[in-house]
Amino acid sequence: MTLKFVEGVKADVTTDVVYMMCPMHLLKLEEMIKTLEPGQVLEIMTDYDGALEDIPGWCEKTGNEFLGIEETEDYYKFFIKKKSEVAGV
Amino acid sequence: MTTSEHYFDNVATNPLRAEALEAMMPYLKEEYGNPLSPYPKGSRAKEAIEEAREKTAALIGVKPQGIIFAASGAEANNFAIRGVALAKKDQGNHIIVSKVEHHSILNPARFLEKQGFVVSYLPVNEHGLVDPEMLKKSITDETVLVSLIHASPEVGTIEPIKELVAVAKERGVAFHTDAVASVGNIPVSVDELGVDLMSISAHQFGGPKGAAALYVKQGMRIVPLIYGGIQESGRRAGTENVPAIVGMGRAAELVKDEVSGQAERLSKMRDRLIEGITKVPNVHLTGHPTNRLPGHASFVVEYIEGEAMLLMLAAKGILVASGSACSSKALKASPVLLSMGVSSGVAQGSVVFSMGRETTEADVDYAITEFPQIITRLREISPFAQGWGGQEEGGQCIPKK
Repeated sequence: MTLKFVEGVKADVTTDVVYMMCPMHLLKLEEMIKTLEPGQVLEIMTDYDGALEDIPGWCEKTGNEFLGIEETEDYYKFFIKKKSEVAGV
Repeated sequence: MTTSEHYFDNVATNPLRAEALEAMMPYLKEEYGNPLSPYPKGSRAKEAIEEAREKTAALIGVKPQGIIFAASGAEANNFAIRGVALAKKDQGNHIIVSKVEHHSILNPARFLEKQGFVVSYLPVNEHGLVDPEMLKKSITDETVLVSLIHASPEVGTIEPIKELVAVAKERGVAFHTDAVASVGNIPVSVDELGVDLMSISAHQFGGPKGAAALYVKQGMRIVPLIYGGIQESGRRAGTENVPAIVGMGRAAELVKDEVSGQAERLSKMRDRLIEGITKVPNVHLTGHPTNRLPGHASFVVEYIEGEAMLLMLAAKGILVASGSACSSKALKASPVLLSMGVSSGVAQGSVVFSMGRETTEADVDYAITEFPQIITRLREISPFAQGWGGQEEGGQCIPKK
């Protein structure tokens, strides 16, 4: 899987799991995405390298759109767009 | 406890409350499920922890999400100091503590020094108080954390945390307080104090040993102390001590309603004890005369040594401490007393009476009667009975010839 790097993505909701242990990045992602409206963007911050595979993989599996990542010195920011309620809409 | 025991060591620990034990019992027996297990036995254990989290949070006036359960006050303190310093290491390498902190603050601070951090150890005045002006002068652009004890278990002094927090906030510095000795003895509100992190321990307020908590302000990053699974939202690994946590929650629920009344009752008993004991010549109260823990009366007795007093008091059924439990065991002069300007000879004669929920007026009467007699007897055989002769280099006292 090729990682997509992005800049300046505006998130509707941000959640910070930096220094929280694996698999909190996936549990929090699942919890937070439920609170979003379809089409809204979630930003998740994590320092866990495994998330580089896990989060795009989770998006592929669940049908949510993985917009890309932004890298800072200490952690990553992942941007995920919540899928529409009905596929194709 | 036998009828001949008069327990005056509530800063060391407290008896487990019957109500807490009762709440714990199912989780020691049939409800042994792992809170992470997905079936009902696990879910019930998880629910029990979350209920305890709510009750513990309510005791200090915070949201349950801010509570991270730990195994001891020492763990909570280590977690706070190391966790925040390491999480903020890119913002600066300076932390500030005081000289009257517990070993579980001072020792991780020393560990951080070895990792390249710079630590300032703030002095205190003769009552054990940290001066907010001194804190102000010590904060630099590199300061990432201030950790100051709320109330001293050794001398009872309650620090002006609110004022100290205000100084740290002016510079945007995170603030932790070790409130192990205060929570359960006086009403404590995180909001009112304004702290970002707070350590508390269950056995200080009638809960079991093996359960404690670190409050962490929402959104504050903290590097874990124990790595592993996702317990405590991935911030403190290890299968939870469900019975102890449940007991902590129940004790927190009880003490929340009782703390004000108990503080009032204990303050009166404390003042009576102080009055009775300080009538003995050359016995001095340590710590702040009024702004101190309600059940806490600490003294230095000149010309005799704390350990001898402890043993003689214990022979009479009076159980007290001399300095901190750790220092007492190591027969070391209390660093807390030394930092308050007490000479090393006098500091050896430290004795701490601390009272709790089960202490009675009769216990106080008994101590006021027995303790002066013990002092007299020990002074008769003390090499320093004629007074301090002088001091060797390093502060050691020489008996007066």
